Amino acid sequence: MIEIKDLHAKVEGKPILKGLSLSIKPGEVHAIMGPNGSGKSTLSAVLAGRSDYEVTSGTVTFFGEDLFAMSVEERACAGLMLAFQYPVEIPGVKNVYLLKAALNAQRKARGEPEIEAPAFMKLVREKLQFMKIDNSFLHRAVNEGFSGGEKKRNEILQMLILEPKLVLLDEIDSGLDIDALKVVAEGVNSLRDAGRSFLMITHYQRLLDYIEPDFVHVLNDGQIIKTGDKSLALELEDRGYDWVVEETA
Amino acid sequence: MKHYAQAFDAFNKNAEDGWLKSQRIAAFARFEHLGFPTPSVEYWKYTDTKALAKREFKLATGYDQQAAAELLKAKGLKLDAHRLVFVDGLLSSELSNLEGLQDAVVIEPLSQALATELELTSGMMGRLAGIDVDVFTALNFAFVSEGVVVRVGANQKVNKPLLVTYLSTATEEVMSHPRILIAAGASSELQLIEHFIGADEAKNFTNRVVEGVMERNAKIHHTLLQQPSDKEWWVGRIQIEQKRDSRYTSHQMNLGGKLVRDDLVCDLNGEGAECDFSGLLFGRNRQHLDIHTLVNHNAPLTNSYETYKTILNDRSQGVFNSKVIVKKDSQKIHAVQNNANLLLSDQAQINAKPELEIYADDVKCAHGATTGQLDMDALFYLMARGIGEEEARGLLTLAFANEVIDKLELPEIYNLVETTVAGQLPHKIELELTQ
Repeated sequence: MIEIKDLHAKVEGKPILKGLSLSIKPGEVHAIMGPNGSGKSTLSAVLAGRSDYEVTSGTVTFFGEDLFAMSVEERACAGLMLAFQYPVEIPGVKNVYLLKAALNAQRKARGEPEIEAPAFMKLVREKLQFMKIDNSFLHRAVNEGFSGGEKKRNEILQMLILEPKLVLLDEIDSGLDIDALKVVAEGVNSLRDAGRSFLMITHYQRLLDYIEPDFVHVLNDGQIIKTGDKSLALELEDRGYDWVVEETA
Repeated sequence: MKHYAQAFDAFNKNAEDGWLKSQRIAAFARFEHLGFPTPSVEYWKYTDTKALAKREFKLATGYDQQAAAELLKAKGLKLDAHRLVFVDGLLSSELSNLEGLQDAVVIEPLSQALATELELTSGMMGRLAGIDVDVFTALNFAFVSEGVVVRVGANQKVNKPLLVTYLSTATEEVMSHPRILIAAGASSELQLIEHFIGADEAKNFTNRVVEGVMERNAKIHHTLLQQPSDKEWWVGRIQIEQKRDSRYTSHQMNLGGKLVRDDLVCDLNGEGAECDFSGLLFGRNRQHLDIHTLVNHNAPLTNSYETYKTILNDRSQGVFNSKVIVKKDSQKIHAVQNNANLLLSDQAQINAKPELEIYADDVKCAHGATTGQLDMDALFYLMARGIGEEEARGLLTLAFANEVIDKLELPEIYNLVETTVAGQLPHKIELELTQ
């Protein structure tokens, strides 16, 4: 699904990713863990297309297409979705409008007709219920005045409605209490299927208790230095990162 | 300036001797004395009108009826309303319709009122917007001949909105000086919509004055929708006097013009009087848009609310100046001035100045002005959901303006403003379905 090869990227002139390679196949769930400053968030930002990150070398193909040749919205329409670590507040733009505009933009890109209003509302209500979000949410501005947990739930709600093929979950667990984490994890798990993949970026093993990964990668200084299964995450939780760094040095 | 003198002589010399003729002469003398303001005049610091002095605007003597009808058809509001249409300052009887007015309501062209009820009309004219108010008001008075007189009897709610449409056509460069006079009786209600429509190549100068006296508990809901061409000049003044418990609301949607300047003044003269102003200035290219407001809290327990937003593209310039004066002894007043400005280009410029002058001690006043650009993180967020850049920018721009355009109650005006501000957005969500 996505093939990242020897990716190098800079932020404000400073190299952050230094030869990162990763391959994700349909249906797989990957987790990337690593100490602060290892490049975790840079990876998601580069993949989503943030302009303040400069890719200096390496390639990324998404369903065989050159990802870097695609605009931000083209990537989204092709099925890539970044669930933000810090979802931005957008005063004046209602959630319902964002959801409809985004869904229709993606449908249009796939050559499908716009969704009819009744079908759209049915879909949205169903997903709201699933995410335990009140209907009044639709008429609130995007993330405005939301708690940290509400913002994260909103990201997952958007995911449920847009049904992307590859989801980047950037520290989706940060700032969540256990109950909110369960709701978020249920949302993610409900979408798991043979054709859809997830890349989770996290600090905490806790998330992986609720969303079980097929692979766990350790990112350090801009490179993946170790890959294992979910037992690796448990080991990292126990022993920290230093031993991995030393082992691979 | 010589040209204005020639135009004035030709215009007034054949007028019948009497009150109007002599008032016009006095007004023109006042205009000549003051001249068009330059930035050295404090009130016109950011808006330079000296170019007007060099222009050779004429008074229209006729117009192309078919072109006017087509322009109205293409851009006019399709409201169920009492209608008066002026073309380059001249009344168009064909396009106007005042049928079905209730008995205690008079709405008539100013020319007719001056001809048939001079005494009554002269008592209304210049009472609030006299020749000393400002140079453009003096100029308006000098050339006054057409406009609207509205008299609403006590306890009357005018059965339909009054829609006054100014069509500005693209023939020779003309000037017009319409004046609207309103007397709103006690507990009366009036909805007034003024719509200015410029033909694409129109290069005219419109200098319109509104004066309105509101008796106890009267309500006026006033909307001004301005769509001049890029080459047009508009100067407008609204002067409202409010007595006890009256309520005046103003929505101004300024969607462009070469130079557009509006002054809006409310005198809150009786307890319980309240005014609520909101407006949007939307500038493109090299347009220059200016709004000045003044609220005089002359009585205790009066309220004023103002919310203005400015969106400036390209090299356009905006001026926002609002002043609230609270007189000594005007206690327990509430005044709020809000102004937010969005600059969509590095070359766009805004001069914003909210001012408070308070001479009473028991008052609640708040004012603020902010200026910023589109939030790039919000833009990225929308695009990362698949929304194209243009649409995402439109959405965010519209979101900025929402607070003021949401107050527009007529869907046709709302849609027009939305399309102008945001481009063609995919159709809106049908809200009733979400209940």
